[in-house]
Amino acid sequence: MNKRTTQTLAENISKQVEHFSKKEVECLIREFNVLMAEQNNSGRAVHGLDRGKFISTLHSIFGLTDDRMTGRVFRTFDKDNDSVVSMKEWIDGLSVFLRGTLDEKIKYCFTVYDLNGDNAISREEMLHMLKGRLIRQPNEEDPDEGIKDLVEIILKKMDYDHDGKLSFEDFEKAVKDENLLLEAFGTCLPDFRVICNEKLLSSLNFPIKNSQSYSLLFLFFQRIEMFEGRVFQEQMEQ
Amino acid sequence: MGISLTRAAQWTMVSSSTAKLVSTPMNESLLKEILHFVEHFRSQYPQEAEHVFEEPLQWSTTLVASDFKTDYDISDSDVQSHERDSEGHPLLQLSPPTVYVRSFSQLSKLLHLAHDKKLAEVRACLEENREPLVKILGRSFASDLVIEAHDDAVSVVDRTKEEGLSKDLEVKVKLFQLFQDMDKQILDTLLKDISEQVRLNPKAVKNEVEILQVFCGGGDKGLLKSLRYTSDFEFSNGYRAPLWRQVQGDICYLVIEPCDTETLHITCSTAGIFLNGGIKQEGEENGYEQTSDTYEDLVTLLKSRSPHFAEKINQQDSAVQELSTKKEKTVNEQLQLELHTTRRNIYEPRPSGILSTCGKTEENKGHKSSEEEKKSLRQGAKSKIKAEFSASSSPGHMSSQKRKTEENKTLKSSEDEHKNLRQRAKSKTKAELSASSSPGHVSSQKLKTSAGALPGEPFSESSTESEEEEEQPYRHPETNTDLPSEYWQIQKLVKYLKDGDQIVTVHTLCAMMDFNLMQESCQMAIQDTGALKVLLNLLDTDEHKCEVKLLDCLPNLASLTPSQEEDIEVACCGALALWSCSRSTKNKKAIRKAGGIPLLGRLLKSPLQKMLIPVVGTLQECASEESYRTDIQTLGMIKDLVRNLSSDNDELQMHCASAIFKCAEDKQTRDLVRKYKGLQPLVSLLHKADNKQLLAAATGAIWKCSISQENVTKFQEYKALEILVSLLTDQPEEVLVNVVGALGEFAQIPANKAAIREFGGIKPLVKLLTSPNQALLVNVTKAVGACATNKDNMVIIDQLDGIRLVWSLLKNPSADVQSSAAWALCACTENAEDAGETARSLIGGFQLIVKLLSSTNNEVLASICAAICKIAKDEENLAILTDFGVVPSLAKLTNTTDDRLRHHLADAIAQCCMWGSNRASFGEAGAVAPLVRYLKSKEGSVQRSTAMALYQLSRNPNNCITMHEKEVVQPLIHMMGSDDEELQEAAAGCVRSIRLLYMANRNAELFTFRN
Repeated sequence: MNKRTTQTLAENISKQVEHFSKKEVECLIREFNVLMAEQNNSGRAVHGLDRGKFISTLHSIFGLTDDRMTGRVFRTFDKDNDSVVSMKEWIDGLSVFLRGTLDEKIKYCFTVYDLNGDNAISREEMLHMLKGRLIRQPNEEDPDEGIKDLVEIILKKMDYDHDGKLSFEDFEKAVKDENLLLEAFGTCLPDFRVICNEKLLSSLNFPIKNSQSYSLLFLFFQRIEMFEGRVFQEQMEQ
Repeated sequence: MGISLTRAAQWTMVSSSTAKLVSTPMNESLLKEILHFVEHFRSQYPQEAEHVFEEPLQWSTTLVASDFKTDYDISDSDVQSHERDSEGHPLLQLSPPTVYVRSFSQLSKLLHLAHDKKLAEVRACLEENREPLVKILGRSFASDLVIEAHDDAVSVVDRTKEEGLSKDLEVKVKLFQLFQDMDKQILDTLLKDISEQVRLNPKAVKNEVEILQVFCGGGDKGLLKSLRYTSDFEFSNGYRAPLWRQVQGDICYLVIEPCDTETLHITCSTAGIFLNGGIKQEGEENGYEQTSDTYEDLVTLLKSRSPHFAEKINQQDSAVQELSTKKEKTVNEQLQLELHTTRRNIYEPRPSGILSTCGKTEENKGHKSSEEEKKSLRQGAKSKIKAEFSASSSPGHMSSQKRKTEENKTLKSSEDEHKNLRQRAKSKTKAELSASSSPGHVSSQKLKTSAGALPGEPFSESSTESEEEEEQPYRHPETNTDLPSEYWQIQKLVKYLKDGDQIVTVHTLCAMMDFNLMQESCQMAIQDTGALKVLLNLLDTDEHKCEVKLLDCLPNLASLTPSQEEDIEVACCGALALWSCSRSTKNKKAIRKAGGIPLLGRLLKSPLQKMLIPVVGTLQECASEESYRTDIQTLGMIKDLVRNLSSDNDELQMHCASAIFKCAEDKQTRDLVRKYKGLQPLVSLLHKADNKQLLAAATGAIWKCSISQENVTKFQEYKALEILVSLLTDQPEEVLVNVVGALGEFAQIPANKAAIREFGGIKPLVKLLTSPNQALLVNVTKAVGACATNKDNMVIIDQLDGIRLVWSLLKNPSADVQSSAAWALCACTENAEDAGETARSLIGGFQLIVKLLSSTNNEVLASICAAICKIAKDEENLAILTDFGVVPSLAKLTNTTDDRLRHHLADAIAQCCMWGSNRASFGEAGAVAPLVRYLKSKEGSVQRSTAMALYQLSRNPNNCITMHEKEVVQPLIHMMGSDDEELQEAAAGCVRSIRLLYMANRNAELFTFRN
């Protein structure tokens, strides 16, 4: 893809996506293309990142390691359910992932946690997501007793309408009440400490707003550097 | 501010629109508190100070346009601030006599400008804005503050969160909290005042009169011949004075005939008892004025007036006296209590930690089950520890505590047994425990609240606490209750906390916060499960997400810890954890918000070093925040810090010194350090020259303390100067900065200048001028400058090539160094023998100094102007400066509004006029007209310098014309009447020049006419 097509594409997408400028979209497209090139397509023509590549990207760049969650994040990114994350989906997803407002993130997390897509997080879904998060005591009869109890505690706190499951409204209210509950059932947003190297960033004179733009900037910084390195190399060769 | 205004302030009983604040001591102190708050608001909370009020505060001010200086547009008598809101309206507007102010920053500035009229302005502002908070925050917020004030501020925060938290709201919430803090502080102060004041009420007076009437008559044996009221009519409120006098506080009037002296006419008022001009009966217009001192009660007054009475009353059963004084006391207490409860209703949403510890039951000797023993042992240990903590309370109290511990000794066979018991108790299963209806466990209802223990003043209340504890066993019969369900739930949660990953941690913490952790059963659960340790461990891990949440819990929990030796260990860990958290600004705020400061203050009283080190460490770390410094001072921690300066632990000493270093920026703190005799220990720390960190902290504290001259005098007594000079060599920079800073302050006293030389301090000081450290350079140049005002010192400085070194520092990129060097240069140039020649010998020096006139920093500009003034005294130098274009550069600066700069600028202009055609050049560069405006300045130094400069400039006819156009004559004539001779002379000279020009002109005209 040459520079001009990238630019026009970036211009188009940046109009449809929130939180990213044209320049930033351009960088994300390049990043996407780099990832696509790394992906082993075994001859098939695909128009996006497949599950494996996407999950390994989440792992390496964003520090998301929980397998239960990364699979769900892939499903959430892949809006049209065609088993690949297209360029548009990639940028759309990242806009929430990296720069989303609290409301957007609540919606995103809820979608990730709503395993069967029925607009509610049921007891079973919670049980599934929380399983294994407590060290099992050898003398307990039911290995999941603790988790089941925890689910009840969670329901007591978050299920405002007392229907035995968490609707979106329940979830939203609880998170707004206590922001820590945003990632209540598993880490599905990037851990910024992993990718954010503040020291390096402070050497940049960007007007940085919050830790989230930090990470993205850093990402860009790294990529732009790589990218520029490549471009300049090409020029010199010519 | 809201509650203090509505409830505590005493208003006159006129219709509310024109109410005035009564001039009582209480109102005075209230006003002062508010003034202090507003005055320092801008520096303490810069961000909040920018907040634009919903409506302007407006009142009739005594300030006039000429009082305003910097940052204001002045046209005729109207003034507008440069500072504007987003829509471009000025934040301060004056159209006499009304002033409109719309931000705290402007309010602070205005008060600053008001000088000695500050209090009057605050009073006027409060009187004409009866609901200032409504105007500042808007109706909805302010009503929260006044009406729903008993709610925690947090609930308001929560609500705003729901409404969508905008930036503006955030600031409002912050302001809201500030007002609440302020309120609390004011009420505290008022309470203190009240408790010292005598306040009578009708009942007390009536009682006293009745008692005395019993002893009336009976010839020589009686105390008095007669005693009667002037009026038999008693109002329903118990007053007998006419209504219009009741407003003044008069209760009733008495006519007393003592046995030995003339009849006494007495006024009983709420303020006390005094003699009046002679009111015989109701309705007389005159005679109300006070003709004697005010006495606390009738007996005291009579004692001082009638020797017979004094003699008799001492013989008589002293019951009279006792009775009367006792009555009065009750009145006082009642009043105090009232205030207490008002405040408590407002500020105490839930029982505090201090309370819950005193709500424990005593041991019950009748029952001696294992549970019981365990409980009482814990109690025993607790009372012991508490005695340690309440060191400030009376020794009698201590001994009573000891007695109790001894009682417990019978049960407390050994430490081991105790532990066993604990173990056993822990291992008991749920079923067993609920079956055994063991007494001694306290249900939640037993949590006692008392008006005494308030979070604001934990120390002073310790005695109340102990009294209560002693009475406890009698007040509470044995209760046979099971462990409440909270206990088990918390225990379960702690288990999950231990076993779960971070997702589980989030849920458990959230659930835990939903419990009332102050409740005894919850605290017991936390203690028994060792939850504190788990929480502290979590703090040590990387769980940054939960950190704030954890900090929320910790202070709550830490308050319960000093109950057992084992728990002291935990409390130490807690303090250590707080210490390690305290390094980030965000956490400092969190600790403060969670009420950590009073807790730290309490722990500071601990005698244990291992506890003190992290506590003081945290304090000194947090003292970098202004708000903490204020709290450290107001909560009386300086005394403890000073005490620990004399500990035998280097680390502790270091942290104490370091905390004092940071806090002593404030004058009151400096005075407190002196008051508590902290200066000598600080000096003795200087002998520990091997411990550089300690040395740096100690020298830092000495530096900041020496800003107060009284402290310097004390330091001299302890021979601090000699030691400081000896520390000028071979020390790391952290130490040097402080040592030199201290020397700079010491050298403000002339005698010390010579002393520094005698101790051989000049040479190392000059040597330090070559240091690359900017902070050090600022201090060194200041010290050198201070020393240079002594001629003998100057000779040495000159020999060491110090002048050149100071010049070269003008090249330093730091503005602070530049200005500091320029000030030093002034002193050097003035006192050196051949300073002019030295200056010329420096290549590029003059160019540099003229170039610095384009700096944007006013302090640099002022210092450079001062330096130019001194350098230009040498004519040859002035010629060179002129060649480098000093005239237009100075002229460009004339539009400034900074008084300090104006002063030095005018001086420099006056001096530069002495050469060639400079006078004309200044006129051409447009410097004359702005200078005329300086005459309006209130600052004496500016007036004098300006008059001199104008006098010099007036020797050029064109300048005279400009001056005359700008109406210079009137202010000059005014100045000719000044007491300052120099000013008189300069003003007169200037007027003379103008007059001469006019005469010459007229003569010329006449001459032409004749021809």
